[in-house]
Amino acid sequence: MELTILLLIPALAAGFSASPAGRGMAAPITIAAMAAVFALALAVAAAAVRKDVVALGDMGFACDALGALMLLLIALVGLTAALFSWGYLRRGKHGDGERGFYALFNLFVLSMLAVPILANLALIWIAVELTTLMSAFLVGFEDTPEALEAAWKYVMLTSLGAVLALLGFLILYWGLRTAGGAPFTWRGLAAAAPHLPPALLWPAFLLILVGFGTKIGLVPMHGWLPDAHSQAPAPICALLSGVETTTVLYVILQLLPLVGVAPGLDAGPWLVGFGLVSTGIAALLLISVRDFKRLFAFSTVEHMGIIMVAVGLGGAEAHLAALYQIAGHAIAKSFCFFAAGLVAMTAGTQEIAAIRGLSRSSPLAAAALVAGAAAIVGAPPFALFASELSILKAGMERGQYVAVGLLALFIIVSFCAVMRHINRMAFGTADGAGAAAVRAPPLSCKLTLALAAIPLVAIGIWMPGPLAALLRAAAAGMGG
Amino acid sequence: MVFALDALFGSLFLLTALGIVATRQVLASLRLFLAQSLLLAASALLVGIAIGSADLFAVAAISVATKALLIPWLLRRTVASEVYRTREIDQILNIPTSLLIAAGLVVIAYLVADPLLQVANLPLIRINLPLGIAAIFLGVFTLAVRREALPQLLGLLAVENGVFFAGVAIAPNLPVIAELAAAIDLPIVALVIGLLVRRIHARIGTTAVGRLAVLGES
Repeated sequence: MELTILLLIPALAAGFSASPAGRGMAAPITIAAMAAVFALALAVAAAAVRKDVVALGDMGFACDALGALMLLLIALVGLTAALFSWGYLRRGKHGDGERGFYALFNLFVLSMLAVPILANLALIWIAVELTTLMSAFLVGFEDTPEALEAAWKYVMLTSLGAVLALLGFLILYWGLRTAGGAPFTWRGLAAAAPHLPPALLWPAFLLILVGFGTKIGLVPMHGWLPDAHSQAPAPICALLSGVETTTVLYVILQLLPLVGVAPGLDAGPWLVGFGLVSTGIAALLLISVRDFKRLFAFSTVEHMGIIMVAVGLGGAEAHLAALYQIAGHAIAKSFCFFAAGLVAMTAGTQEIAAIRGLSRSSPLAAAALVAGAAAIVGAPPFALFASELSILKAGMERGQYVAVGLLALFIIVSFCAVMRHINRMAFGTADGAGAAAVRAPPLSCKLTLALAAIPLVAIGIWMPGPLAALLRAAAAGMGG
Repeated sequence: MVFALDALFGSLFLLTALGIVATRQVLASLRLFLAQSLLLAASALLVGIAIGSADLFAVAAISVATKALLIPWLLRRTVASEVYRTREIDQILNIPTSLLIAAGLVVIAYLVADPLLQVANLPLIRINLPLGIAAIFLGVFTLAVRREALPQLLGLLAVENGVFFAGVAIAPNLPVIAELAAAIDLPIVALVIGLLVRRIHARIGTTAVGRLAVLGES
């Protein structure tokens, strides 16, 4: 029952926001809807820890521990992004455009929530495709030539990726039929996995990896990502970078145990390869980046790469670390984009070179930016420090010294590149022209940062017991 | 008989994909896409008769309704000026070179499909799978060489047609859900892209999206 209500709430909120009644009320309704979704996601997560799969037979909805983790992250970022949008949009004088924004916001969150809840793989594919279509106009919301260019690249490239993934799903279904015809769900596939013909399973997996890899932002299919993730309004960037990428990654993670049991197939080298290339290219691009929202976008490519490497290394340790990294990234990256939005609002620019000495002109924005950057590059005591360390450790134990060495190098390069840019923005001396106009940020945006800071700090210094149990349950489902 | 007829539809299907690569008018590309969608529906009907699956009749009906009727209507509603203006499409390679590369892609499609055909349990897969993959390659190629918005969209839709052309044979029972889902999905793709093109045209004054390059690192 919880799962049906979980999907109904954003659907209703979207309808309300789009209707004439939504004028002026769309923002508070959306915030209330997201708060309700978050509460339900907590309940689902608690249930998933207790009994493995929260299923609801009649509608064909199901959610395991990994899915529950995704729901929790989507709901958390959905809530903070809704709160941030309130103040963010009020400053832009968007008038009636605001209703459309909130309608699409709710539909976008709905499509993401559907991915871990739906059981049939054909429907999961649709949900992933809808995440793109629902967010296209959110990316282009500012209506500048840059934003429209970004929206165009986003829709075309990720739709093309999704179509290739669709062929993968059809081949997977073909394999399932030749293996006896179990239902086309994760459970059905898991049961049939040892009998799936490798000649079909392997191309299906590669098509889905490359197709959905486009949406995750893996190099070389990442071309659209820094554009879309930097041109969208800040709260949308938080959703795109923080949870949309992760939601699509979830599909790949669910596929891995299938490939794992098939005779003669090893997805590991492919995942490690894609992951290392993504992390390496992102680290290089982070050095030369000029726009601080693009900086955080490239950091998303880097983190998706790290997660792919961790998953590709294999083993229970690495899987647990990968999930910890996923949770840490979603929380830290959304915080970073809220901080970036705050800085852009106070300084009126996204250019790194135009902002110097932010700690004097706007101490709050500077503190948020530095904290977010420190969290995302994996400085202690934040969660990503611990998770990256465990990934490297797990790799060493598996004897993957080359992969671990390269990964460590790329992480250090990214660390230095990001901190150098952010350090200059926060503490550098203004060279006359750099003194941009400073405006006070809206209350709801400051409130969002305070709220988003709680999980950011909490999962770093004190891992809540239930969350640790959820991560362990999800890692157990990913196989050895 | 069914086999020969499906081979005929398959080769015409491939011909429309080549036509989309070679044509120089937007309206002609749109018409070729319509023809391609009708051939996809015809092949779905044939496979449906061959294996006695009523599901595929629904697939054929949905295919005609969405791709041959709804999408052209949506595109004419949103970007009529783009569809009807008769002029040459801007593209990166000239037509003879494009067609030579396209022929190469078709050969590669057969090579790629070969290992999958080893496990083919239905003779029609031997026709539909390689030709579907060929249409996918040609669609991606169209997308890559065209600089303008609407021809790029038609390339994307041709890729989707290729996927379903293979799909009706390799997963004959699934496509009902998938096609139903695509029945919702494809018109939304066309609508979103159509509206986006309109806004790009209004805001930037061109639809040569291949020349949009404000964003980047340098």
